[in-house]
Amino acid sequence: MRRLLFLLPVAVFVAIAVYFLLALNPNRDPQLVPSALIDKPAPEFDLAGIGTAPGLALAAFKGQVAIVNFFASWCEPCKDEHPLLMGLQKQVGAPLYGIAYKDKPADTEHFLTELGDPYKAIGVDENGRTAIDFGVYGVPETYVIDKEGRIRQRFVGPLSERDIAQELLPLVRQLQQS
Amino acid sequence: MKRLLALTLLLILLAPAAFAVEPSERLADPALEARARALSEELRCLVCQNETIDESSAPLAHDLRVLLRQRIAAGDSDAQAVKFLTDRYGDFVLLKPPVEPATYVLWFGPIAVLLLAAGGALIYLRRRKAAAPAAPLSAAEQRRIERLLQEDG
Repeated sequence: MRRLLFLLPVAVFVAIAVYFLLALNPNRDPQLVPSALIDKPAPEFDLAGIGTAPGLALAAFKGQVAIVNFFASWCEPCKDEHPLLMGLQKQVGAPLYGIAYKDKPADTEHFLTELGDPYKAIGVDENGRTAIDFGVYGVPETYVIDKEGRIRQRFVGPLSERDIAQELLPLVRQLQQS
Repeated sequence: MKRLLALTLLLILLAPAAFAVEPSERLADPALEARARALSEELRCLVCQNETIDESSAPLAHDLRVLLRQRIAAGDSDAQAVKFLTDRYGDFVLLKPPVEPATYVLWFGPIAVLLLAAGGALIYLRRRKAAAPAAPLSAAEQRRIERLLQEDG
């Protein structure tokens, strides 16, 4: 028993060292904000479309797994992400909807005619209120919504090929089967 | 020169007191505005994460300040207004983390470490006291000490 007591400081040291090791993991981003809405119903919204195009409302994707991407024409990382979004609907087999965050509809339109329009439909969120309801704190952000309209996953920042192949695709498949 | 230096120093010290809250955002009712100010000093700006939404000039911080004031003007209590934000952004927006099972280590860890150390120190001190006192000097040793002391004098 005495002997074990002497090992106590060693045990405390090991516990702290393991904690530091986890915290220093280079793949962990300490600035990443965990979503408060995972597994909760997606917030209601009903947004106008660009010009005469139809808008986007939450009701539009009830009953199917959907991917929602917040973007803006003024956002540089969105441009980086854009080529990956172009083939995403086909690759993943789920509709991709866009929400234009704090962007003038004319600028969004220009952005999409120049780079291509990867979205099935787009909602204009000019004052950013819908984004706040989703807990967005910077564009781009991407959400996966299940058949029952619950948010299942959130990607902060531009999607990478790795994100799509290792997280998005398996998740969408799994949700579509359930 | 000295005066100029003092003035510069004063201005530098005063600088952090500048607020990001814009006049157009303020509520007309001073009591409500004071509540909004107090709340926004406890809320984290999600964009520049070590600033409060009260200090930050990020557009999102502006939006959240306005939203917070809208809720308060609409008759929300402080708790309801804060919940409106934590529902969307989670406890991360609170600069002061709530006391709940996930944060027990954070809140009570330091006290636990202190108690542990105090306990250890107590055991150590007790044991030292309990150690047998040194044996008294023998008659021969006593005589030798006296002789040495006398030699010195």
